[in-house]
Amino acid sequence: MPEPIPAPPDLAPLPAPLAAWFARRGWQPHPHQRAVLAAARAGRSALLLAPTGAGKTLAGFLPTLADLAETPRPGLHTLYVSPLKALAADIARNLERPIAEAGLAITLDVRTGDTDQASRRRQREAPPNILLTTPESLALLLSFPDSARLFADLRTVVVDEIHALAGTKRGDQLALCLARLGTLAPGAVRIGLSATAPWPDHLAAFLSADGRGTGVERIAAPPGAAPAIEIRLPEGPLPWSGHMGLMAAEAIYRLIRAHRSTIVFVNTRAQAELVFAALWRLNDDALPIALHHGSLARDQRLKVEAAMARGELRAVVATSSLDLGIDWGEVDLVVQVGAPKGVSRLLQRIGRANHRWDEPSRAVLVPANRFELLECLCALDGVREGALDGDPSPPGGLDVLAQHVMGTVCAGPIHPDELYAEVTRAAPYRDLARRDFDDVVRFVEDGGYALSAYERYRRLFRDAEGRLHLADERAARRWRLNIGTIVEAPLLKVKLGRGFGGATLGEIEEYFVSLLNPGDTFLFAGRLLRFDRLRETVVECSPAHGDDPKVPAYAGGRLPLTTYLADRVRALLQDRRRWQGLPADVAEWLELQRRRSRLPGPADLLVETFPRGGRWFLVAYCFEGRNAHQTLGMLLTRRMERAGFRPLGFVATDYVLAVWSAAEPRDVARLFDEEMLGEDLEEWMAESSLLKRTFRHVAVIAGLVERNHLGGAKTGRQVTVNTDLIYDVLRKYEPDHVLLRATRADAARGLVDVGRVALMLRRARGRIVHMALSRVSPLAVPVLLEVGKEHVATGEGQDALLAEAEAAQLLAEARGEADPPAVTPPPLRAERPVHPVHRANVARDRKRRPGGIALGTQGRATLRTIRSRRQASLPLPE
Amino acid sequence: MTAAPVHLLGERLMLDPAGALWWPARRLLAIADLHLEKGSALAARGSLVPPYDSRATLERLTRLVRLYRPERLLLLGDSFHDPKGAARLGAAEREALAALSRLTAITWLAGNHDPGTAEEVHEPPLTFRHVPRGETGEVAGHLHPKAAVTVRGAWVARPCFVADSRRVLLPAFGAYTGGLDVRDPAIRSLFPRGARVFLLGKDRLFSFPLAAAAPLSEPAAKAMSGA
Repeated sequence: MPEPIPAPPDLAPLPAPLAAWFARRGWQPHPHQRAVLAAARAGRSALLLAPTGAGKTLAGFLPTLADLAETPRPGLHTLYVSPLKALAADIARNLERPIAEAGLAITLDVRTGDTDQASRRRQREAPPNILLTTPESLALLLSFPDSARLFADLRTVVVDEIHALAGTKRGDQLALCLARLGTLAPGAVRIGLSATAPWPDHLAAFLSADGRGTGVERIAAPPGAAPAIEIRLPEGPLPWSGHMGLMAAEAIYRLIRAHRSTIVFVNTRAQAELVFAALWRLNDDALPIALHHGSLARDQRLKVEAAMARGELRAVVATSSLDLGIDWGEVDLVVQVGAPKGVSRLLQRIGRANHRWDEPSRAVLVPANRFELLECLCALDGVREGALDGDPSPPGGLDVLAQHVMGTVCAGPIHPDELYAEVTRAAPYRDLARRDFDDVVRFVEDGGYALSAYERYRRLFRDAEGRLHLADERAARRWRLNIGTIVEAPLLKVKLGRGFGGATLGEIEEYFVSLLNPGDTFLFAGRLLRFDRLRETVVECSPAHGDDPKVPAYAGGRLPLTTYLADRVRALLQDRRRWQGLPADVAEWLELQRRRSRLPGPADLLVETFPRGGRWFLVAYCFEGRNAHQTLGMLLTRRMERAGFRPLGFVATDYVLAVWSAAEPRDVARLFDEEMLGEDLEEWMAESSLLKRTFRHVAVIAGLVERNHLGGAKTGRQVTVNTDLIYDVLRKYEPDHVLLRATRADAARGLVDVGRVALMLRRARGRIVHMALSRVSPLAVPVLLEVGKEHVATGEGQDALLAEAEAAQLLAEARGEADPPAVTPPPLRAERPVHPVHRANVARDRKRRPGGIALGTQGRATLRTIRSRRQASLPLPE
Repeated sequence: MTAAPVHLLGERLMLDPAGALWWPARRLLAIADLHLEKGSALAARGSLVPPYDSRATLERLTRLVRLYRPERLLLLGDSFHDPKGAARLGAAEREALAALSRLTAITWLAGNHDPGTAEEVHEPPLTFRHVPRGETGEVAGHLHPKAAVTVRGAWVARPCFVADSRRVLLPAFGAYTGGLDVRDPAIRSLFPRGARVFLLGKDRLFSFPLAAAAPLSEPAAKAMSGA
């Protein structure tokens, strides 16, 4: 990490109006703010790494304000890009003040998805000096033929929260846009604003004009005061399993009461609903406590954010939806319920409290079970040591590149060589092979299939010089309707009451709704609701009373444990001296494990097998995160099936994978052979609903299928096709198609996380320690308690599930319990003007369900599990 | 591949998990809604989906014809996605169709997407047609039935047959054909006394009462029915 650089004062003098403004407020620009100004004035780009509250935003805009104060002029001077629409709007408000107070003649405007058509047109005709926008809106701007003129005089690009964008598909999109801007406005300097991040080199590369970090000055603000963090444990034995942390509700409530304003961070939306409900049960003082998560209606979220900004809330229970964004000075405590999952993530969340960087942020961690306690302790050590974790950015997605290629051609003809040179100046694509690029261009041109059947439907054509042109202006309009890299899960609106009058509470996964029967109750938006019926795309509900509600769970909601934190947990398990600081029951648990079996080592892979309840259990202590364990479970059960061990199911946590089988698994080391990633993986990929979902995202982003149609639905003709069907056909006839390559690249990470499985298997080769035990080991108890609660899957796939459902149905019929015949239907309509299948398909592709993902424990958690338990503060181990 | 028997007006019919109906007594194979050249129809609208759907559909069809060796192959309409579909068919696919017609006598029924050589085929006591009319003894397609079941919190949806003692609905056979929820009134109203659905599996069918089907929840379908 670079040292803070004190800027030579003569290099960065402030123009008089700005200097006077600082003086009137009794402020001095911080050295890092001056350093950014000095770099920009010298025509160099700068990456500012600063903790929250260090005046990052002002640092980013100081060069612009100074330049325009000295030389006021019309035209677009500075482009600001933020990952959040709300942040762009908030920054605009914050900038207006110094501009007005210093009497500067600077115009600024916001352009996001919420900006109306008239303002958009005006912004292109008479651009403001400063335009604040998002990656999507920038991509859209760059697709217009007049973009070269619009950006010709651009002097500065400010990229905010760059650490949150780099390494994501939105980041890929932004990097490509930056490369485009590098061509249109080669003189513009770039200023990147980031939280303290583990990979500053990657961020500098992301920001730089050549994608390799050249010419980017790293500026680090002095670190803020060290955060004051403690861990709270429930009194009595620490739970073995469970993730909700509801036992701590009373302790959390007391903390809220003792502070001005608290953010209670949880890991999933389901947990948010449950913790919120638990807090309100205790809320005798009627403290203003709110709820904030990504499924809630936008209005609802904005209301909460506004109340927060006005300092009216004592607490808000939030998911990662509040990880980033607007600064709330009032927040003086952050509570993290459940495991933090990563050191950087924990720091980010803690930083939401107390935005004065010279005062410590206060935070309390509330682990929900034993493994989470170990994780909390390790995360705390990491914070103390100033460690940061997170993975370096993967190569950019080919689907995003396809979208960008089309967008670039929409703006005007371009030669592929020129475009290739340009996109390889974007950091995520700097090592892009020409073959991949050419395949992407061919995909955009005519689908890029080996069978060249679509010559007449080409989207692009090449002129005599080989430049790419748009074949049809309608394609540009369709592209603009479908821009963006966020593919949302199919969602249904949740409304209270019937018809048009009902209030919209938010949106819920279609999949969850398909599991509800009318009359079922569920927790949503902090209320207990009864599901009445599904009408069109609306889930109609009424207020309910009672117990045992379901909770909408979201399969992808949990972030996996970082490799860094996992390694620390392994080290803690090995280091008996550090156990002294643990609660007695936890230390005793580890000691018992040491004697009965052994503890997972830092470099080996401990696998235990033991019989229990007429089955054999295989427990692997991989510590690779839940997603990787799920994938490993799918692959391992396939191998066990072939080896004749008759696997019956498996369950994965962040720490371990447990598989149970009818026969004793032998030759365990062979089971974990890397060859698992060959045929087994291919077979699994063919029918995995996760892979199909990944493919759907790729297909939407690349523009193979559209999420929004240009009046397509009107014709009543089927205009889309289910991407699962495309996946099957493409895999069969063109397994190396560029979109399947993009799908496999995505599967290496995220929900499938094959990459982490592969690394683990390679590392464990020759180091598998098999303990054949006569009974369950102490360390295996937590995962065994998850059996029956967590999603249980077998490697056999959907046909096995169908067979099971059929058998259950037969049994019900035999017992006379089967459903009565359907109610008397309406009379058959004589004529059907619109083919129902077409309607359904139009609807379905707009609202794709993520097939076959089951609810986790959360789905059945009940309010009864909330018990008022006394909490005690844990003395931390030194 | 294990076919499941159903009885319709005393006739024994075999439902094949590939989505075909086999009438052993008449050596007749019936298949609905091939929607050939749907891929190119989408491509013409700018959606360049893989152009292999006709090939995939015809390969599966050829496999079935080789397996059952029918005297007669009835294609129950919507064999092409649109009236111009046949003209777009590639050379290899034309040859595949020609080869098929050398193996069996093909009857193309008219669909609502394409013209055929016949509106319906009477093969007493049964009648084969594209759009079901609610008459007793009919075998029809058109509706693309698809059903979902939930089990242990998981959700599985498949194209399916729908059958009672009076009629059989065939699933759509084409590689790119979607499905309509069997709970939709368009299907349910054909079976006022309930029916069984037979979900297509890899090697066999999975049978449930129609009433046990979970929602496919394609709710926008209803939203647009008024349009």
